[in-house]
Amino acid sequence: MKITVRYFASLREAIGQSQEDLHTLASHAGEVRDELLARGGGYACLSRDRSVRLALNQAMVEEDALLQENAELAFFPPVTGG
Amino acid sequence: MTARVVIQTEDFSVSKVLDQLRAGDLRVGAICSFVGTVRDTRLLSGKAADEIVSMALEHYPGMTESAIEAMIDEAHQRFDFYQAHVIHRVGELKPADQIVLVAVSSAHRGESFKACEFLMDYLKTQAPFWKKEATPEGAKWVDARVSDDEALARWGIQSRNRG
Repeated sequence: MKITVRYFASLREAIGQSQEDLHTLASHAGEVRDELLARGGGYACLSRDRSVRLALNQAMVEEDALLQENAELAFFPPVTGG
Repeated sequence: MTARVVIQTEDFSVSKVLDQLRAGDLRVGAICSFVGTVRDTRLLSGKAADEIVSMALEHYPGMTESAIEAMIDEAHQRFDFYQAHVIHRVGELKPADQIVLVAVSSAHRGESFKACEFLMDYLKTQAPFWKKEATPEGAKWVDARVSDDEALARWGIQSRNRG
């Protein structure tokens, strides 16, 4: 299926882009994280040694969240607003 | 009627928002507000390297608004208040600038004090904003604080912001 992946803040800087379309066989968010990690380079910022938060269709989720066609999956560091 | 949640680059007037909260609503007997501002950490630590020249705030347009809307809905489930308004700035800010306003109206002070604190604690760990500080040694992303997760835990909500 096709999904859009978005990156914010330090992850956007490390990966070098703010979003990309992905054709994936993954069924849940954690598998996408694995796919991206396997690319190496800047994607190492998605390592599970670091705190990375996920949002699916603009709501916070954990890695077990199920993907749907055309989903928007976002990766970002812990939030620091307020 | 203004939107409950506004994300903007411009500064805001606290008194205007507080005026709106009591305008035409004779039930209101209490308004509680919180304003977060940019501090220069050099003045707290005494270290020149900690000087905050400016701060850049980034967010996730769309998700930010819906996340804060959901927080206000959750606050209504827990506390007896009339209205809540949240304004959060993004973009380039300087020390002493206003960052965020949470303002709540209620019949009695207790409920608006609690709702205001709840909304701030929630926002700190669940609204998708990120701060980057410009210092004399370069720009660096602000780290999330464990104490912010602990603040939300007091309300019985596990934050998981720091993983």
